Amino acid sequence: MQPVRHSPAYWFLSDAWVLIVRSWKHIFKNIDQMLSLVLQPLMFMLLFRYIFGGAIDTGPVSYVNYLMAGIIVQTAAFGATTTSMNVALDLKRGIVDRFRSLPMSNATLLIGHVTADLARNMISTAVMILVGLLVGFRPNATAYEWLVAAGLLLTFTFAISWLSAILGLLARTVEAVMWISFMLIFPLTFASSAFVPTSGMPFVLRVFAENQPVTHTIEALRALTVGTPMGNHGWIALVWWIIVTLVSIPVCGWMFRRYSS
Amino acid sequence: MPGTDAIVVRSLVKSFKKVNVLEGITFSVPRGTMLALLGPNGAGKTTTIRILSTLLRPDGGEVRVNGFDVVREADAVRAVIGLTGQYAAVDEYLTGRENLEMMGRLYHLSAADSRRRATELLEQFDLADAAKRASKTYSGGMRRRLDLAASLVAAPPILFLDEPTTGLDPRSRLMMWDVIGKLLHDGATILLTTQYLEEADKLANRIAVMDRGRVIAEGTAAELKSKVGKDRLELTLERENDLERAGTSIERADVTLRTEERSVSVAIDRVEDVQHILNRLENAGITVAGLSLHKPTLDDVFLQLTGREPAGRSTASRQAEEKKEPAPVPTR
Repeated sequence: MQPVRHSPAYWFLSDAWVLIVRSWKHIFKNIDQMLSLVLQPLMFMLLFRYIFGGAIDTGPVSYVNYLMAGIIVQTAAFGATTTSMNVALDLKRGIVDRFRSLPMSNATLLIGHVTADLARNMISTAVMILVGLLVGFRPNATAYEWLVAAGLLLTFTFAISWLSAILGLLARTVEAVMWISFMLIFPLTFASSAFVPTSGMPFVLRVFAENQPVTHTIEALRALTVGTPMGNHGWIALVWWIIVTLVSIPVCGWMFRRYSS
Repeated sequence: MPGTDAIVVRSLVKSFKKVNVLEGITFSVPRGTMLALLGPNGAGKTTTIRILSTLLRPDGGEVRVNGFDVVREADAVRAVIGLTGQYAAVDEYLTGRENLEMMGRLYHLSAADSRRRATELLEQFDLADAAKRASKTYSGGMRRRLDLAASLVAAPPILFLDEPTTGLDPRSRLMMWDVIGKLLHDGATILLTTQYLEEADKLANRIAVMDRGRVIAEGTAAELKSKVGKDRLELTLERENDLERAGTSIERADVTLRTEERSVSVAIDRVEDVQHILNRLENAGITVAGLSLHKPTLDDVFLQLTGREPAGRSTASRQAEEKKEPAPVPTR
């Protein structure tokens, strides 16, 4: 029973693959996490569609069409925070120690979690869109526009996942992870144009809401799906999330290596 | 193979934020033997294991595992060690088999070898029936066995077992001892930490007693025990005026009489001694009302070596003990 000989690059990819498969299995074996990821935004969607929506004026666009881009981005943002939870759980339960005592590339653990979160988010986004269609969402996007929208959403989720991985490495307890990621994602998704137009907000809040990256992402998605004006939202959002990703990945790697030494 | 010692630790020092956790530890483990690090919580046992298994960097001193330096040649060390921590570090959502196959792949065995090895280990650790269940449904003992199995996937020649039986029920503990004994028999070099003198005594070739970041004694179980004293038989007699006569008819070297408790304390070497002593008392017409056997414990080792109770006990238990007034008089 001897280890097989291959190049370090081969083993890096192999380790990454093994851990991606591990995290993917969690999607279906940890049903509770999957359910909370789908049910919570579903309730939000119904809440805004049927309870608050009637009182919100979104101009020429019907409220349900306006809402969908916001709810999809919020779902993806909260979904991406499961990365911090899963990283923190691994650290706490000692399985990271086991991995670190193996002759493997340790950073692949984070790659596993982030890719599984992308997959998990795609599932919950698909459910959101299907239910949206049932409650009156009528997108007019072309196939090309859907593709661009999917690409933008993946870039966004990828960036937030790596950001969350930092939180997971930073937090001392799983409970801390929960409130820290809540404190990060809640203002970013609600102080935005996700549920209401920013025009009714007080000045300071409005300046924040109109210029923060989540709003740009929502507006770009809205433009792609229901044909509101695109402006520069798409480019600005894309640049933001690429920068966040490029900064977060090395920070994660550095923190992971430093962890507990 | 460099040298006869699989593990060499010299003047190992480690501190966390100015708290000295290890203050110059030195020991070595000859190939194919087991050393037990015995000590209370906070003695530095886990820190030592974490440094030896490359999880922590030492601040000073020299640590070699299989001849490799744990800092400069960490990858070479990782290829020859297996680690079982205090918490069962298995993936709770994966099944027993999935866990073991994953470990095999991460040890860089081929897929076929990983599968074959998983089957072997599930069989060997009595987990074959539970192989297809998520490990979160396992009992504590099963999870520990799976954890130990996971550290054995690549059949590493050197094993670090950090308190492998803490928190297990007696039956699971016996099973674990059995498994560990077999590993040693098959030629593994093992460093085990434990809080139980009995465990160290039962399993290990040699014992190093740790306290507050130092090794305060090292030797075989027999050597340490001879420092602490032997097992003692405590007898309570029915009638106080039998006491003197009991002392003489027992005819043993180390006998203590306590009049106010009507009790006799005798050092014994073997279980058969108990029978001989009871026979002698019966022949002398002395009635024994009660009997108990006192084995030397970690507390006794510490009392003997340091003159105090083990450090690092929880304050709750210490307070509970302090409440017991008056303080119990030592029995010898």
